[in-house]
Amino acid sequence: MSRHTLSVLVENKPGVLARVASLFSRRGFNIDSLAVGPTEHEDISRMTIVVNVEDLPLEQVTKQLNKLINVLKIVELDPAQSVQRELTLIKVRADAENRSSVLELVNLFRARCVDVASDAVTIEVTGTPDKLDAFIKVLEPFGIKELVQSGMVAIGRGARSITDRSLRALDRTA
Amino acid sequence: MTEQMTGAQALVRALEHVGVDTVFGIPGGAILPAYDPLYDSTKVRHVLVRHEQGAGHAAQGYAQATGKVGVCMATSGPGATNLVTPIADAYMDSVPLVAITGQVPSGAIGTDAFQEADISGITMPITKHNFLVTDPADIPRTIVEAFHIASTGRPGPVLVDIAKDALQATTTFQWPVTMQLPGYRPVTRPHSKQIREAAKLITEARRPVLYVGGGVHRAGASALLLEFAELTGIPVVTTLMARGTFPDSHPQHMGMPGMHGSVSAVGALQKSDLIVGLGVRFDDRVTGELSSFAPYAKVVHADIDPAEISKNRHADVPIVGDCKEVLSDLIAAVRAEDRKGDYADWWTLLNGYRATYPLGYEQFEDGSLAPQYVMERLSAIVGPDALYTAGVGQHQMWAAQFIGYEKPGTFINSGGAGTMGFAVPAAMGAKMGRPESTVWAIDGDGCFQMTNQELATCAIEGVPIKVAVINNGNLGMVRQWQTLFYNERYSNTDLQTVRRIPDFVKLAEAYGCVGLRCERPEDVDATIKKAMEINDVPVVIDFVVHQDAMVWPMVAAGTSNDDIKFARDMAPVWDSEE
Repeated sequence: MSRHTLSVLVENKPGVLARVASLFSRRGFNIDSLAVGPTEHEDISRMTIVVNVEDLPLEQVTKQLNKLINVLKIVELDPAQSVQRELTLIKVRADAENRSSVLELVNLFRARCVDVASDAVTIEVTGTPDKLDAFIKVLEPFGIKELVQSGMVAIGRGARSITDRSLRALDRTA
Repeated sequence: MTEQMTGAQALVRALEHVGVDTVFGIPGGAILPAYDPLYDSTKVRHVLVRHEQGAGHAAQGYAQATGKVGVCMATSGPGATNLVTPIADAYMDSVPLVAITGQVPSGAIGTDAFQEADISGITMPITKHNFLVTDPADIPRTIVEAFHIASTGRPGPVLVDIAKDALQATTTFQWPVTMQLPGYRPVTRPHSKQIREAAKLITEARRPVLYVGGGVHRAGASALLLEFAELTGIPVVTTLMARGTFPDSHPQHMGMPGMHGSVSAVGALQKSDLIVGLGVRFDDRVTGELSSFAPYAKVVHADIDPAEISKNRHADVPIVGDCKEVLSDLIAAVRAEDRKGDYADWWTLLNGYRATYPLGYEQFEDGSLAPQYVMERLSAIVGPDALYTAGVGQHQMWAAQFIGYEKPGTFINSGGAGTMGFAVPAAMGAKMGRPESTVWAIDGDGCFQMTNQELATCAIEGVPIKVAVINNGNLGMVRQWQTLFYNERYSNTDLQTVRRIPDFVKLAEAYGCVGLRCERPEDVDATIKKAMEINDVPVVIDFVVHQDAMVWPMVAAGTSNDDIKFARDMAPVWDSEE
């Protein structure tokens, strides 16, 4: 099994997320992470889907996704040729005694402290899954009270955009 | 053209504009606004069925008999959920179908309102696409898009769910409309490099076989298939969904492959060195155990749906395209190769299989009726110009095996989904689509009891179908498996229909049809001929057959095609001529 990052451009219409999610479950594929949001074009949303599958099932799921009428385009992003990020918010136990140790780690990982209470701090950190895992590991001894993580978002490196051609297709039908 | 009207009027107008002439359905609360303008339409005939499942299967039968999109209509909630089975069936067999359902008013959606069901959510995995319309202005465009999606690319069912308030509200009707489907671009033109590669493999192969599926008929490519087969001299097998796409009487036809296929067809696939799959999906009922399916074969796989290619069996040469274009390009490419394949030894082997293991069946010594004999006589008396529909089970397999099909689309049945009860409503729809054709529904006594209420529709609407109930008193196919794999423990398969509960002759008469009964081989011809003479009302024949008749050959589920049995415990000798 290997991790694959799919960027899926979809029409910004109700029910599209349900169609994509139900397709994955119906065809027996597990989604590691999923992020959906708007793009530079108001009619297009972009999903970043991380799946852990062999190459052959990946080809099958990509073909099945392509059959969804609301799916405009699917691009697999190579980790080496793209920027991939997740965002995590972590609430860590930290009182006057050890707060400075926590903040030192926050600086080392280029994270940010976004909220402080007398016995806890809330930290925002972005990065690759590996970096976030490492950060969580070093915070664990202090006591993690709560953790929430976004799905991965990713974008290809260089000047080219994956939306260009899909936009032209949209314009033709408008 | 612009005009002010209600959403319901816009719906009916749009249906007229896309060429709908027949709609099968049942009204109810949420769809009621649509039925009012439908009452006035002179172009659209609405057929009031007795159960929504009947509407769906009738629309499927209509679609398969005419090549047009079949249309069914139902109200929200249970009306819509009763369409789920035919929609799933149409999805599996790639039947162009548009289902129109009423939905509770948009403000009530999500409140568990009376007769509310999330039918677009329910049908998401069994439709090619579906729509929930809450704005009346969207109705005409949505209808055009639904018919376009249903009928192009790989055909399939599309559901249009329309909120009641959208049907009632006033809107501006505009025609023509522009579709907004930026993500829908089916590929129909095959890649020329792949075509050349396929042609090369075909001429180099020594044991090629054309594995022909429903996609060839859907593409209207049976004439090209005949030309291609005769040009190359390659043997042909036709799947359950492709019966009639290549004439049964043609010397190159090896029969139907699969679980109940002929030894010659199964052998042609297993021993081949090249499979040319056309509009097929390497279904488990054809391949048997996948790992031992056609072990020596390279595969050329042409289909309009890219997701079918290499889904089950790796394709050495994948061809995405409409079978009509694929076949006409293949014909040109094979001609350009300027050499012919040498298949003489292959034909010797296959002709040996065909001569040694023809389809056969057991006659019963007590003089009772063999169901296969009924099929043979139907085939001989009714002939290849008629349309035949079937339910699912033993009778379906016998209808596939023992009726000779010569013309594309003359055998309409539920292949992928295996929906019992398909035959009667599908026959009704087929007959309405092609009133000049004789339409026979071959049904089992189990299947018949699931949907025979549509005989009332047939009688009242003047649709004189003919129904041959192959009555063995049991859920026969399940019983066969219990005989073979469950030590003859017949758990819940005995319908006791031979006790005449119900009496199918009286049942037919109660529905305003003619009911006939046949229990002896010597009466079969006369009974069929009598049915053929009645053309004003539907006819039902209760063929009471022996309950122990079995479908052979058989490849047991999950086993290798190599282990096919042509009768109980009788395996063919594959290598006698090698």
